[in-house]
Amino acid sequence: MAKITMREAISQALWEEMERDPDVFIMGQEVGVWGGTYAVTKGFFDHFGAKRVRDTPIAESAIVGSAIGAALTGLRPVAELMTINFAFVAMDHIVNEAAKMHYMFGGQMVLPLVIRTVGGGGRQLGATHSQTPDAVFAHFPGLKVVSPGTPADAKGLLKAAIRSQDPVMFIEHATLYQSRGEVPDGEYTVPIGKSIVQRPGKDVTIVTYSKMLEISLKAAEKLAVVGIDAEIVDLRSLRPLDMGPVIESFKKTNRAVIVEEGWSSYGVGAEVSSRIYEQAFDYVDAPIRRVAQKEVPLPYNRVLEQMAIPDVDSVVAAVKEVL
Amino acid sequence: MKKSEYLEIYRQMVVIRRLEEQAAELYQQGKIGGFLHLYIGQEAVSTGLISARKPEDRVITAYRDHGVAINCGLSVNEVMAELLGKATGVSKGKGGSMHMADVKKNFWGGHAIVGAHLPLAAGLALGDAYKERKAVTICMFGDGATNIGFFHEALNLSKVWNLPVVWVCENNQYGMGTTIARASAVSEIRQRACGYGMKNDVVNGMDVLAVREKALTVFDEVRNGSGPQLLEIETYRFRGHSMGDPERYRKQEEVQAWEENDPIGIFHKYLLAQKIATEADLQKVVHNAEDEVKAAVEFAESSPEPAPETLYENVYVEP
Repeated sequence: MAKITMREAISQALWEEMERDPDVFIMGQEVGVWGGTYAVTKGFFDHFGAKRVRDTPIAESAIVGSAIGAALTGLRPVAELMTINFAFVAMDHIVNEAAKMHYMFGGQMVLPLVIRTVGGGGRQLGATHSQTPDAVFAHFPGLKVVSPGTPADAKGLLKAAIRSQDPVMFIEHATLYQSRGEVPDGEYTVPIGKSIVQRPGKDVTIVTYSKMLEISLKAAEKLAVVGIDAEIVDLRSLRPLDMGPVIESFKKTNRAVIVEEGWSSYGVGAEVSSRIYEQAFDYVDAPIRRVAQKEVPLPYNRVLEQMAIPDVDSVVAAVKEVL
Repeated sequence: MKKSEYLEIYRQMVVIRRLEEQAAELYQQGKIGGFLHLYIGQEAVSTGLISARKPEDRVITAYRDHGVAINCGLSVNEVMAELLGKATGVSKGKGGSMHMADVKKNFWGGHAIVGAHLPLAAGLALGDAYKERKAVTICMFGDGATNIGFFHEALNLSKVWNLPVVWVCENNQYGMGTTIARASAVSEIRQRACGYGMKNDVVNGMDVLAVREKALTVFDEVRNGSGPQLLEIETYRFRGHSMGDPERYRKQEEVQAWEENDPIGIFHKYLLAQKIATEADLQKVVHNAEDEVKAAVEFAESSPEPAPETLYENVYVEP
């Protein structure tokens, strides 16, 4: 087991898949000569060449749309959108084409496509560059939506996404690239659509994913000091959503807090809590709480921005409320 | 061309015309749901174009797709069954009028968001370029699609990457009910290609042989590495934008003037004048087309509805 950063894990996944399968290629803004705006694809252009590491114009519809077309011919494009905020520019191709074509043409069209993108706030980039709209994309049947919280999951899930026959939105978090974690040696994948318990506990279930996993783990340490033993379930995939470990944990703890970075309205917490009520109502001992971003566009000012994003203390406070 | 090839072109146009007339009737009877966009008047465009393609060449178009489907070799039965939403339809009843495709025949749909299939076409062509296949992607769209961003992003990308794609604008003079002059800063569509340094041409879309000749030349050039080209094909739809179009935006005299240029009539006269075919030859084609369409209606009406469990099929390839 090597300890590497999230950036290295994602980079390794891409590199290994490109070495393994000549039909895998990367396209996006600044993925090539620049080496990736988050340096994930540094060195790829020199090694794999311009044919397989394709710099594109700043034209998100063309990026996602042409990646769909290439995928239809049997290639396995990894189309990078520099941030998830720019995915809105390509929204039609993501939701009206990628998500629907397999179904709408009676199963004829197969799109082994990955859209890699980056979300999250906390870097003073202002309202248009700081969003966490993961739930928006998870709304659409036909898409798979993945968002890892650890380097090991990032590597394994990205490799699974590249090998998937379905279109996958792979959402990374901008402030996790430097986070470190143990990654298995050798070849492995992590299945899409499987939640996992990241920290066992018995008093309360915290359901979370991506950056908020890190926040929730820190909150669990604080809670442990005061004798509260939190179990943390990492969703890892938002669609398909695997409720198995969530329900199993909830039946044990009878209390849940759902932590997401995006807004709570119509969000991941709303979906997960609703499913807990539907599937485990008899086990509910306290109202389920959601911790999420304040319902404002994220401000630039550092203090205001930090006020709006869930932090360790807000998770701790929510857990204490449900106990 | 051999006589049989001329007759095949004539046959396809007549089948499309009869299919569309029949579809209009079925729509009025409530047997076809949703939107229905007819190809009547534009038959020479896709018939001429697709007669010039090789089997490895890909075709992708917008939502006015029934005629293109026929030209790509789909049977009238499976097109009609799709219009009626039946399990035997080419998209198993899940797509309807606007979403027909048959990838085995290199027909990639049937796309209903204006202009959205243009980036897809660039990607199809990228797939062939990546694999060093000498295939051309033929991407058809209406004049209305030339004002949306997808058009510009796709044309630009295709030129930057030198992709083997032919952008075919079917200029039928109206985007729904809005004339080009009212919607486009520059009315001459082919000029759009100049902004991307792209070779372009225009051809009369009421003359199927003119379309075919031009297409043969353009496909050959693109196949041999010219890079993308734009071909504007001037045409006219004799019916409304879709069923239920009140057609307040155009005068009946204008429609009649174009109808005198009926692409099937022009070709019919040409075949007789050139003594390529006799009136009896052509009548036989017409009767056969009528029979084929009639049989397709029977096939579609007697076909089963999609089974309830298919509702959940094909959302994903993998569970």
